[in-house]
Amino acid sequence: MRTGVLAQKVGMTRLFTETGKHVPVTVLKVDDCQVVAVRTEEKDGYNAVQIGAGTAKAKNVTKPMRGHFAKAKVRPKAKLAEFRVSADALLELGQELSAAHFVEGQHVDASGITIGRGFQGAMKRHNFSGLRASHGVSAVHRALGSTGQMQDPGRVFKGKKMPGQMGSRKVTTQSLEVVSVDTDRNLVLVKGCVPGHEGSWVRLSDSLKRALPENLPFPAGLREAGAAADAGEGQQAEVPVGEGESGATEEKKDA
Amino acid sequence: MNAIIQELEKAEMDRLSEGKTIPNFSAGDTVRVNVKVVEGNRERVQAFDGVVIAKKNRGVNSSFTVRKISYGEGVERIFPLYSPRIDSIQLLRRGDVRRAKLYYLRGLRGKAARIAEKTTGAAAKEAAAERAAAKAGKNPAAKR
Repeated sequence: MRTGVLAQKVGMTRLFTETGKHVPVTVLKVDDCQVVAVRTEEKDGYNAVQIGAGTAKAKNVTKPMRGHFAKAKVRPKAKLAEFRVSADALLELGQELSAAHFVEGQHVDASGITIGRGFQGAMKRHNFSGLRASHGVSAVHRALGSTGQMQDPGRVFKGKKMPGQMGSRKVTTQSLEVVSVDTDRNLVLVKGCVPGHEGSWVRLSDSLKRALPENLPFPAGLREAGAAADAGEGQQAEVPVGEGESGATEEKKDA
Repeated sequence: MNAIIQELEKAEMDRLSEGKTIPNFSAGDTVRVNVKVVEGNRERVQAFDGVVIAKKNRGVNSSFTVRKISYGEGVERIFPLYSPRIDSIQLLRRGDVRRAKLYYLRGLRGKAARIAEKTTGAAAKEAAAERAAAKAGKNPAAKR
């Protein structure tokens, strides 16, 4: 089992195929995604890699966390997540994952925190129909109605759909097709939508339910390997430009 | 909009409009949309002539609505502007209208649903120049 990747949701757009079909895609950016810690069977009782992504200002990172990042010799990360892996897919500290971790046509699972909608009534939250607009109904048009029966059972059943917090919970969307992978800009384009708002973090991992293609990079699609392959194809000019841009944005964040 | 999305949409627009010229048309204009249709395993081009009653300008998501009367029945088709199924768009006539969306045409029939031709302004001048150019190179245009 390979590790997944932490990606940032950039937004949605559409692509057209030659047959005229349009494909709605979500653009996900794999931004500075590095291995921050490794959990091993001998030491921790399970195999996993801790991945960090994005950049955090060093002054806003607590001292213990700074030490944690220093151990892996990586810059402070905005987001950390652990992915369970098989023993042969363990990575080394500081290795950088790239969009090339995924290949076109494979399926992935994406999990993120959905857009928060606050405390909502039963109509919006559970699609209840509410009460009637007229025929004697007064001031309870959006109420949820009855919540149970009579003296028997004399209580409201557990799990009854009621008003409450809507959204802002973890949701996994399974089996999304990878439409294309842009290694220059480190983007993964998946078909359909992904939970969360733009700029939110998404865990991307190989699909659990769909068979995976055989040409997947194993144990992971690493940045160095991808850049070297690009250089071999004569696209050397483009790669430093991309790096320059990311460097510039980091400087801006630091300032 | 996010810069990356803008870049991607621009690349997609450039890719889709490569080798195509999209005329600068607007609501009220009469256009001929040449649509690629598949019949069995053969592909051919079918024309859809009509009045543009709405145009939505949203980059790669742009679309336009063409309305025509076919056998006494009003027919409307919405085309994505950058659809690869559109072979070409020809501007046949510029209409003089005062609204961006001509949904009121749906309630009108015959004489009342006519639109006057635009004869003044920059758009008309452009149309006249195009017509002159078409006349100069009439034969190649006719062959197409």
